Amino acid sequence: MQNFEQYCGTGDYIASRALQNDVNVAIALGRPLLIKGEPGTGKTLLASSISEGLETDLLVWTIKSTTKAQDGLYIYDTVQRLNDARFGDHDISDIKHYIKHGKLGQAFTSPKRVVLLIDEIDKADIEFPNDLLTELDEMKFYIPETAETVSARHRPVIIITSNAEKELPDAFLRRCVFHYIQFPDAAFMNDIVKVHFPNLEEKIMKEAVEAFFSLRELDNLRKKPSTSELIDWIKVLVASGTRPKDIGRELPFLGALLKNEQDYHQVANGETDTRSIRRPSFLR
Amino acid sequence: MFTQFFYTLKAYKVPVSLTEWLAMLQAMEKGFAGNNLLSFYYLARSLLVKSENFYDQYDLAFREFFTGLEVPEELFDELLKWLSEETLKRHRDSVDLSSLPQHDWETLKKMFEDKLKEQKERHNGGANWIGTGGTSPYGHSGVHPGGIRVGGESNNLSAVKIATARKFRQYRKDVTLDVRQMKVAMKKLRHLRRSGNLLELDIDESIDQTCRNAGEIELVYHPERKNDVKMLLLMDAGGSMLPYAQMVNRLFSAANSVNHFKKFRYYYFHNCIYDHLNAGMEYGERVSTAQLLKNLNSSYKVVIVGDASMAPYELFMENGIIDYYDRNETAGIVWLERIANHFRNVVWLNPNPPRYWQHPTVSAIANLFPMYQLSLEGLESAMVELTRKAH
Repeated sequence: MQNFEQYCGTGDYIASRALQNDVNVAIALGRPLLIKGEPGTGKTLLASSISEGLETDLLVWTIKSTTKAQDGLYIYDTVQRLNDARFGDHDISDIKHYIKHGKLGQAFTSPKRVVLLIDEIDKADIEFPNDLLTELDEMKFYIPETAETVSARHRPVIIITSNAEKELPDAFLRRCVFHYIQFPDAAFMNDIVKVHFPNLEEKIMKEAVEAFFSLRELDNLRKKPSTSELIDWIKVLVASGTRPKDIGRELPFLGALLKNEQDYHQVANGETDTRSIRRPSFLR
Repeated sequence: MFTQFFYTLKAYKVPVSLTEWLAMLQAMEKGFAGNNLLSFYYLARSLLVKSENFYDQYDLAFREFFTGLEVPEELFDELLKWLSEETLKRHRDSVDLSSLPQHDWETLKKMFEDKLKEQKERHNGGANWIGTGGTSPYGHSGVHPGGIRVGGESNNLSAVKIATARKFRQYRKDVTLDVRQMKVAMKKLRHLRRSGNLLELDIDESIDQTCRNAGEIELVYHPERKNDVKMLLLMDAGGSMLPYAQMVNRLFSAANSVNHFKKFRYYYFHNCIYDHLNAGMEYGERVSTAQLLKNLNSSYKVVIVGDASMAPYELFMENGIIDYYDRNETAGIVWLERIANHFRNVVWLNPNPPRYWQHPTVSAIANLFPMYQLSLEGLESAMVELTRKAH
């Protein structure tokens, strides 16, 4: 049996037990791992942590609203070839020169196993995941222009992230290993902060994490602050030399935490003492 | 051996397919679940459940299937003495879970009591007696997959604890409905059409033109595809809708911020639609309903939100309007009929669950428009209805 516990988090990325488990299941079964979760919970960072943990390269395929499945496989640059044909200064008889591999193609042809991140798959058209079904299943694709089949020399570890903007098709989901990154609880959050700020004063951390969670408890916020925003905030707090006791009371540099204008004004103009935020009077 | 678990999941409406189930068995065969229930909990979840919306149902099913069954009080103290001490050394690697006999609860309880009568001493390890470690179905910290737990902070059973905590309750699809989810549902409404600036290279046309040009390259561009859907949202702001104000607000902001509609119009009404519609939630600026029907063509997708329950005269009678100073020459039901006839796709979203739809005005309105509950599932079905081509 191959070694199952291949990934167990890295120095700068703490993965929960469930996440480690699911990453290892995906690696062992050679299936793509689909990651969902609140924004800012480290979905994208996970892939680089895995590539670091497995000591291999990371390829990132960032999906946009205009991305098509074909882009990830290969592009046949017809316009270039047409152009070259016109001026006659290149050898145009070999179509291979005009076939350019996309990220998935590169991952398949790589001489060693790589980690491929397909970032924000839900940004693309609704049909996008369906167009990749066989390619992800069999890890190969066919190029009709050159009558070639590109198959993976080593099954890449594929990490797919989604923000749930669009529902993904069932057939696609069936082929994936799924993990929902849960928002960390206070204890886990402390561990995460420690990883980012190993020398952080205990008092600052306690105050900041406490203030952060009480902000998250406000249920009328439009966008709750996330882990990455907390990290940014602590960075500012440290850089500015804010005294620990002022953190919870004054909520300095609130803009690093709250990115929605209305949220910002609501908290900034309301009572700024986070301890009083817990009082229902604030929630009127 | 876990086949029953598959059906338990099904019973809790987790959409598990056979392929996924087989993948999980394959993974277990390879030993990915370790010999521990917590790993199994995560493994099965990652392979069988593909949306956080179903995590809660998964937890419930898991709890039902794996919960350690209760042990009678008087036996408990006695047993705890045997079980409490001892560093636990589990013989995990040598245990094949699938070879262990499975018993139903009645048999298990019987066997447990018999065993208890026979057993005269403490026992740890092994496959037969009540004790710690081992593979007998009784005791704690053992690895039998469906046995009686007797006290102990078992590693294996912490999976059930996690399942019991039901951390994912708020992700259940039928419970939550926030703006983002509504947007996702509304994104189903789209009809793409090429319009606007010439931005995309039209390869077929370019090749064609180039050939006609005897090889002189001619690039032809065409416009991008854009959504062509127009939307009209009519919302009930009457008193009985107050409890749902927040939900209707969310629906509004979802529709308003899904900026992919070609046109988006919205109006308010009180209880029923009559001669006029309000532009805002309060009284004030208003538009004539007849004028609106004249101005908007039938391709608008119409969503009406309201509880549809009112006094019958408000719907069926002339001058039935609830506002004292207002009068309506045409009965509300007639206006609703006109709307139903004018537009090709109209749906009615009702914040009340269907069990309240027996009310006379509700059923009269449901006869005119396809009615759905204002929940995520209802909204999704409503969007499907709106995209249907009229025959």
